[in-house]
Amino acid sequence: MSYAIEAEGLVKRFGSTVALDGVNLAVPTGKVLGVLGPNGAGKTTAVRVLATLLRADEGWARVGGYDVAKQSTAVRGIIGLTGQYASVDEDLSGTENLVLIGKLLGLSKAAAKVRAAELLAKFELTDAASRSVKTYSGGMRRRTDLAASLVGRPQVLFLDEPTTGLDPHSRNEVWATVRGLVDDGVTVLLTTQYLEEADQLADLITVIDHGKVIAAGTPHELKRRTGGQSMQIRPTVVADIPAVAAILRELTGLDPIIDTDNGVLSTPVDNPLLLSTVVRRLDDAGITADELGLRLPSLDDVFLTLTGRTGSTTPATEGSLA
Amino acid sequence: MTTITAPTTHIGPGAALRHGLALAGRAVTKVRKNPESLLDVTLQPIIFLLLFVYLFGGAIQGSTDAYLQVLLPGLMVQNIAFASLGTGMALNTDISKGVFDRFRSMPIARSAPLVGAVLGDIVRFVVTLTVLFTVATIMGFRVQTDPGRFLIAVLLLIAFGLCLCWVSVWVGMLVKSPQAVPGTLVAFIFPLTFGSNVFVPSQSMPGWLQAWVDINPVTHLTNAARGLLLGGDWVGDAAWAFLWAVVIAGIFFPLALRAYRKRVG
Repeated sequence: MSYAIEAEGLVKRFGSTVALDGVNLAVPTGKVLGVLGPNGAGKTTAVRVLATLLRADEGWARVGGYDVAKQSTAVRGIIGLTGQYASVDEDLSGTENLVLIGKLLGLSKAAAKVRAAELLAKFELTDAASRSVKTYSGGMRRRTDLAASLVGRPQVLFLDEPTTGLDPHSRNEVWATVRGLVDDGVTVLLTTQYLEEADQLADLITVIDHGKVIAAGTPHELKRRTGGQSMQIRPTVVADIPAVAAILRELTGLDPIIDTDNGVLSTPVDNPLLLSTVVRRLDDAGITADELGLRLPSLDDVFLTLTGRTGSTTPATEGSLA
Repeated sequence: MTTITAPTTHIGPGAALRHGLALAGRAVTKVRKNPESLLDVTLQPIIFLLLFVYLFGGAIQGSTDAYLQVLLPGLMVQNIAFASLGTGMALNTDISKGVFDRFRSMPIARSAPLVGAVLGDIVRFVVTLTVLFTVATIMGFRVQTDPGRFLIAVLLLIAFGLCLCWVSVWVGMLVKSPQAVPGTLVAFIFPLTFGSNVFVPSQSMPGWLQAWVDINPVTHLTNAARGLLLGGDWVGDAAWAFLWAVVIAGIFFPLALRAYRKRVG
């Protein structure tokens, strides 16, 4: 199998902080890798190293077969970068931004204009094309960012938290675009704090925490590997939630995920026999449940088990995690 | 459909210049969209001109009209020096913005964003010179030579400004906030421009100051500009000023590039 992105043993220190602590990555050509992790885990640093913006202290990485440190110009020629940091010039219009990028990439002025118009149409920005980007909404800006990274028809695209802070509608648009690019054969590495995003888009997932890869595999493999199953309980009386949570905490040693909107508690379990224990304990406590059962874990459960923290499941409302 | 060429592994000087020019175009577009960013290079020259001519003209030269003639060429030099402050501020602001990372993730010359910012400043130089010259003309200034020599003076001033810009870029890469650029550089620009023969002849100064004023590039450039605009010898001073400009660029271009590389990682 050929890999569009490969990295081994990447280490990056900022003073005494170790941002990357031996990260390995491999993305087969034409696939989507979701790099998942809480804020400060090292996701952005990893992207910056792979996109040649930062030099790793140790280890190596190749993008499209080119060494990111020794052949950085060649790497820059085949990548596109969009995200928290790589954006567009707010003072310029959408067209001016894209034309500038086209010209920097060696297109003639006429060709750059054609390409800009093409991309602006594709991202439904034609109407706003001549307005300054600072007048754009968040979703429009992100689409402009994405369009800017596509001017050079990259073979490998890095998306650093592409949907952070977007409303669900804009997020779906970004997802659709990513899927379209993958259909065209583009390899994508996207970082996200949102498990749902990784689940929706990624063929492969790498979970990073404290600068280390703590799990890697397909979404399915990860769900299976982590504790196997997840227990869901919906108490009849909402007021019983804390008591149920206490029982689950005692039996599993983990804080269960509490979905207060639906009144459901869930927790990863590694032993299916725990179900009968839970039923007995609830019975003893005089708590009845409308719903109680086991299912394959969600990526939330995977994340909880791996990092000891809950991930962010609602992109639109939890735009910025601390 | 347009296609973009296969990955390049090396960027030649021609391509680097093209990248720099494309980014200079961006700087010019930004000025066009935010004309208020030109306030410093339009208001200040007018204030300096009015203030110095009418306040000190009589005392220094005996008449405001006579003083205007010798002051204007020097004020052009001084305002070019002040206009160069803007480059460091603009780059310092730019570098903290996401668009800079995008440029750096593209296969363009490393120096292109810096070269683009410096070349883009030619607009500021032209604006400040135009404003000065127009107001001075209204006040009664007249070029005593010919358009050819006037053009040489303008080109010499812009060339000097382009070299001086690298000091500003260097400082802009070292300080944290854009506002710190003028704050730091005033300590450099003030002795450079006031410690010269722009405002008063060096004969009236104490010996130690005269020694500095006589080697100061601003003095040489002012002498050259006076020669070119009012008549008289200019070649020797122009050569000294040019040599100074080359030395300044020779020192500060590499320093600026190194500070830039360090700053952006």
